[in-house]
Amino acid sequence: MPTTRRRRAVDRIARALTLVFTAAVLAPLVLIIGYLLAKGVTSINIDFFTQLPKPVGEPGGGMANAIVGTLVLIALACSLGLPIGIGAGVFLAEYGHSRLAPAVRFCADVLNGVPSIVIGIFAYTLMVLPWKSFSAYAGGFALAIIMLPVVARTTEEMLRLVPASLREASLALGVPAWRTTLRVIIRTARGGIITGAMLAIARVAGETAPLLFTAFGNQYWHHGLGGPISSLPVQIYTYAISPFDDWHRQAWAGALVLLTLIATTSLTVRILTRGRFRTVR
Amino acid sequence: MVASERYDERATQGAMTIAPGPTKLEVRRLDAWFGATQALHGVDLAIAEHAATAIIGPSGCGKSTLIRCLNRMHEIVPGARVSGEVLLDGDDIYGAGIDPVDVRARVGMVFQRPNPFPTMSIYDNVAAGLVLTGGRLSRADLDAIVERSLRQSALWDEVKDQLDASGVSISGGQQQRLCIARALAVEPEVLLMDEPCSALDPIATAKIESLIHELKTRYTIVVVTHSMQQAARVSDYTVFMYLGELIEFGPTEQLFTTPQKKETEDYITGRFG
Repeated sequence: MPTTRRRRAVDRIARALTLVFTAAVLAPLVLIIGYLLAKGVTSINIDFFTQLPKPVGEPGGGMANAIVGTLVLIALACSLGLPIGIGAGVFLAEYGHSRLAPAVRFCADVLNGVPSIVIGIFAYTLMVLPWKSFSAYAGGFALAIIMLPVVARTTEEMLRLVPASLREASLALGVPAWRTTLRVIIRTARGGIITGAMLAIARVAGETAPLLFTAFGNQYWHHGLGGPISSLPVQIYTYAISPFDDWHRQAWAGALVLLTLIATTSLTVRILTRGRFRTVR
Repeated sequence: MVASERYDERATQGAMTIAPGPTKLEVRRLDAWFGATQALHGVDLAIAEHAATAIIGPSGCGKSTLIRCLNRMHEIVPGARVSGEVLLDGDDIYGAGIDPVDVRARVGMVFQRPNPFPTMSIYDNVAAGLVLTGGRLSRADLDAIVERSLRQSALWDEVKDQLDASGVSISGGQQQRLCIARALAVEPEVLLMDEPCSALDPIATAKIESLIHELKTRYTIVVVTHSMQQAARVSDYTVFMYLGELIEFGPTEQLFTTPQKKETEDYITGRFG
């Protein structure tokens, strides 16, 4: 029948189109990784992970301080951003019918849209100016603020995916509400909450703008968290805008390391926190 | 006022129809709302100890709402509220200073759809009520309670070799019996069952029904059901609800053979609902 033939043709075209669009979505990622590998892999060696940057003209050197610095900044951001973000997410999901909730939700969405450089200025005004020093604390603080809305909103969404019947089952056993939230609801949504946290970490790990005038950057090892600290994005930025070929190569290598760092962290956390049974993802 | 007249009429009628025996739960002039919508209108009911009481009626008649008022689960829905009294061994569970958490530990509940905790093993599901309420039990005690509860719910033989498997890895009927075991583990005095078989096939339904027969010797059971046949099979007393009101309440045999009210007769003879 002609109509059947036509329908089959439309079906084939629609399927082909979705395939093309899927390829279009994946293409940038593949190209970026390929380009990073091509440009960066030649500059990666043991020195890159163990040495400090060398002055211009001196060959070799590495980004050891920036790698450690990025890890320190992420750790600082997580220690502040994750508990507060998850806490706010739990509030929104569990007490979402209170009158405060829509306001909190709106603020989180607005905060999510604030350009990261503005958050950098905020951290600069709040922490760098009074202390009269750039610091790892200020950088971690700025990154934590960027993490907050992402973590809060994904936590809320993940908790909402937990069927209400599980909450009822727990309450009907005589389990107090707070323990139900903690041991049943959050436990069931754990996979999704961790995914949200990893997305937030991946987002801030690559942030450059808010670090420029908070953590600032450092060509040497940092001395304590109260002083300027180097980070991969800032180091890449500094090297990339320089006129030296040697530094350009280092910047490519740094970008490759940053990407690998985020990917492996995400994978490791996933494997380490994997529960025994299925959870909401 | 009409409501009070109705109440008095019920009270006398109740005295006539309720068989002698200790009353475990007594419902007095219970009204329940969802926001502005009233779901229950002045329900009076006495539930006998160590017996199975069935609540029947068409969809939306308030039978689930009524059962959820018996362990204070109604109020967890935002905007839901209750007035009236529910006496458990003579004490009002809605009284001042009564913690709903304590009420729910004494009045357990099994839901329409099996809802084992998906992140927990079969063992942990049964132990959940004891562990999550903060009880500190030795492993041996917990083992004994888990085995006893699973035996009571007639599931032990089927799962004893896979206690570490996920609570949702077993069949729907087994999951529902797991939920019954989970409710029994905290040793409630009353077990509420909200259409416990509506998501199950006939064989699994038969298993749950024979379970109700065994459990009622030890617990007081209230079961909401869509099926009049099921009510007739498992219950000693039957409540007929319609449009949020208790229409008739009496021994199951009497209610099904010689109903006193026209609505009851119409419903059980299949003229509506």
